[in-house]
Parts: sequence; C-alpha cells; structure tokens
Amino acid sequence: MTTIDGTRLIEIETPPEEDFDRREAIFRVHDLAVAYGDAVALKDVRLDVYKNSITAFIGPSGCGKSTFIRCFNRMNDLIPSARVSGDVLYHGKDLYASDVDPVEVRRRIGMVFQKPNPFPKSIFDNVAFGPRVLGMDKDLSGRVERALHNAALWDEVKDRLKESALGLSGGQQQRLCIARALAVEPDVILMDEPASALDPISTTRIEDLMHELKRDYTIVIVTHNMQQAARVADMTAFFSVEVSPEGGRRTGILVEYDKTSKIFTTPADKRTEDYVTGRFG
Amino acid sequence: MSSRALKGGLFQAGLLFSLAVGFVTLGVLLADVLIDGVGYLDGTMLTEPPSIDPQIAGARPAILATIYLGALLLLFTVPIGVGTAIYLEEYANRERWYNRLLELNIQNLAAVPSIIWGILGLAFLVRGIGLGRVLLAGALILTLLVLPTVIIAAREAIRSVPDSIRQGAYALGATQWQVVSRQVLPAAIPGIATGSILALSRALGETAPLIMIGAVTYIAFDPTILGPFTALPIQIYQWVSLPQPEFKLLAAGAILILLAILLTMNALAIWLRNRYRRTW
Repeated sequence: MTTIDGTRLIEIETPPEEDFDRREAIFRVHDLAVAYGDAVALKDVRLDVYKNSITAFIGPSGCGKSTFIRCFNRMNDLIPSARVSGDVLYHGKDLYASDVDPVEVRRRIGMVFQKPNPFPKSIFDNVAFGPRVLGMDKDLSGRVERALHNAALWDEVKDRLKESALGLSGGQQQRLCIARALAVEPDVILMDEPASALDPISTTRIEDLMHELKRDYTIVIVTHNMQQAARVADMTAFFSVEVSPEGGRRTGILVEYDKTSKIFTTPADKRTEDYVTGRFG
Repeated sequence: MSSRALKGGLFQAGLLFSLAVGFVTLGVLLADVLIDGVGYLDGTMLTEPPSIDPQIAGARPAILATIYLGALLLLFTVPIGVGTAIYLEEYANRERWYNRLLELNIQNLAAVPSIIWGILGLAFLVRGIGLGRVLLAGALILTLLVLPTVIIAAREAIRSVPDSIRQGAYALGATQWQVVSRQVLPAAIPGIATGSILALSRALGETAPLIMIGAVTYIAFDPTILGPFTALPIQIYQWVSLPQPEFKLLAAGAILILLAILLTMNALAIWLRNRYRRTW
C-alpha cells in the first residue's frame, strides 16, 4: 500500500488468529480517504470489521476516528464539503456506489452519538420514530417494548412512556438512543464515543449493554478511553495523526489494527505502544 | 462616597431614567385614551356603522375588516414564509450565488418602509392586475409587508433546532423530508408561531399602505373580501380629523379596541413562547 506521495506505509496485518478466521467480515475498507474541501482528514485506511464482534477505534484527538466511523453509514454525506474516496464494502457491496441510497444504508447501520440526542418527544415516540418513518408500523408498541428491553431501559421507563424523553438522566437518554437505533432492527450499530458524556456508573451500564448486544449485532465504537476499548472490544484499531513537514497539515492515519489483547500487550508498532502505555496522546 | 461608587450609582440612575421614559409615556397615553374612550366603548361601537351623528356612530365595518385582514394575512404569510424559511435553512446550498442573493434580498426587504409597499400595491395590485381598491388587495400588500419578518423569525426558529436532532433522525434512515416535517418543524413551531403573531399584529396597526391603495374612510356596510373596505387604524385617523370633539372621544374608543386586539395577540405570542420553551 502506498500513499499519495509515494512513500510506503506500514502493512496492516490482517488478524490471523483462530476465531477471527471463521468470522464473516461485515465491512471491508480499502484505501479509504476522507477530505473536507482541500484538507485531508484521514487517509490510507484499510481494515475489516467482523460480524458479532465489537471493533474499537482509539487514538488522539484529530486522528480521524470519528470521521471514519461516519463513513460506515454515510453520515459524512451531510457535510457538503466532505469527500470520501476508496472502498467501503458492506457485505461485499460498495456503500459509495452511485446506485446506493444513503437513506437505505442508514436504516441498516444504526448510530449512537457522543452526546445523547433524544428527540423532544415522549419516550415512546422517540423509539417509535424510526419504525414509523420506515413504515414498520405493525405491532409498534411491541416493537418499542422489545427495543427498550434490549437496551436495558424498559424497567426504568415502562410506567412513563408518554413522558418527555428530555426528563431522563444522561445515561438513560443514551440507552434510549440505543433503543431507538435497535427499534429499526439494524445489522450494525455504530457508537461514536457513546459514554464520554456519562458518569462512571452509566458508562458501565452502556459497556455491559454492548456485551449483550454483540450476540445479535455488530458493533463499531469510537472511544477516547483506552480502558474502555480494552474492556469491551474484540478488535482495536489505533489511529494517529501525521503532520506533514511542509505546512504542518494534520492527517489521520491508521497505525495498527489487531486483536484488542495484542494491541494492548504486544503492539507491533512503536507508536501504538507509546499511546497505550500513556507516553503519548 | 468614592468616585467609583458614584459612577456606578449614576449609571444605574441613567438606566432607570431610560426605563421610566418608556413606561411613563406609555402609561400616560394609555390612561389618556382610556379616560376619553371608555365612555364610548359600548355596544354601539361594535355593532353600528360610522355615522355623521357621533351618538349612533360605531366602527363595526372597520373592526370586521381588521379581523378579515388578520385572517387572510395568516393564511397567506405563514405557508409562504415558513416554506421560504425551510428552503433557505434546510435545502439551499449557501455556496450558490442565487441563494446568497435571496438571503440578502429578504433582509433588505424587511427594512423597506411600509409606504413603499403601499405604492407597489397601488401600481401592481390595484391598477396593474386590476384588483381594484378591495380588501384582498389590502391583505396582499400587508402580506408582502410582513413576509420578510415572518421569514426571518421562522428561519431563526428553524436554526435553533439543534443539529443533533437532525443527525439522530437521519441516522435512523429518515429522508430529508421526514427529518424536516417530523422533527425540525414540530420543534420550531413555537418560535414560528410567536414570530408570525408579532408580525401580524404589526401589520394590523399599519395605516400608510392601506391609505395608499385607497382604503375608503367612510364605509357604512360590512366589508367583503372583494369589496371596498376600511380598517380600524384608518377609521381612527378619520374620526380624529373631524371637527366635532365627540369624534375625538369616539376615536379613543376605537383605539382601545385596536389596542385590545393587538395586546391579546402579543400576549398569545408570549404565552406560546413560554409554554413551549425548551432547553435542549
């Protein structure tokens, strides 16, 4: 793999180990780059995301990990200046092919954001919003109940479904956002720093929930918190920032991608080691 | 007292004085009108047409016309204003020159004096397309007059809906139309309603453009949409200009009615704003 200016980057080893061999890759990313106008935010990304696993993206601020996760459900399309190049294959189909409708992509690939963003509606209507816009109106209340159950929120809200979602605590709001994503039966759930605005107890609940959810879903998570990646993720990708010598432009790059245990114990790259041992970032 | 404390005290006194100027003036005006007009605020005022005899003169045609004007204004301005605001906020690409031109244009239009709109109405609506000096022409010209204000208020309300709401809806597979119609608009409605009502109450107090397009000052029958009309501000203006002192008192009564209509609308706007105030 070569970069735009011709220098060779590190080869990324595909995860060799036993259980991942048999796993199906949901996403295959090749030579992905994202630019905002003229500024390249992220380049040369190549990795596979495996089914029913949790894949974490870690790295310092500005390394492009949030930009990257938004490539999987084409949320970058909403930013007019954003340009994505390279391939993101989802079950073998290029998500950025001209015949792919981003609206269809997003109904299969759900997303939970950094800051809980419940709609200013009732708890029920928050969860029912996705099914309603997608025409999944059959047994709506059953669907809402299942989604809230799966997000471990049902017992706390079952008596107040008609109340405003804005009255919930931050941790509850975030689980509501997870329930909202689950209600449309997605294939993949993307989580962009889902616990960074929450207290430690709520964070633990979200992490427990992720362990539960990976039986049925494939989860991709961006996190600032290395311990969190070490606790929840099966696979971890470490991103870093490359500062160009002329002009000092900062571009995110993928440094290393491997099993989480390997990234945190015996990383192959010196930069990864420096980061996970706290010498940098 | 130190000079620093003195300066602070003087500043505060200055602020209180500014406040008092506004309040006292308004209070005196209100009291004066109330004393003059309250005696004429009876059934005659509401049910009778104007007359040369102040004892039996009322403002029924003018009151009705003002109500008709208000209803037509709402009907015209809200859909067009909100539609324009949605386009500019949610669909328009700011990098395109014509969208920027459109925005600049709307801001400038909001500052055009109302008499200019009146001239436009006379030339274009009354004579140009031959609508005549009718109530509909008045409503249309007032629509043009307040449309920029409604658009600006609606844009403000739409813009205040946080982007995280749009993103959350998009992430669930909603189309742009679904995001706008089911999330953005419902969340923006209180702001849009407040802005529209305030714009409407401004329009109902307008006199100049209506005089310009030829609202008649003496109408003895109930107005129709396609007929000649007068409006409360014009009726007031006419009564005040008559020589008999009784008509001045009658005008004060009509002012009270106009004030009551406008204050009710403003109160409704404030109530709406507080009722649906949201912290995100």
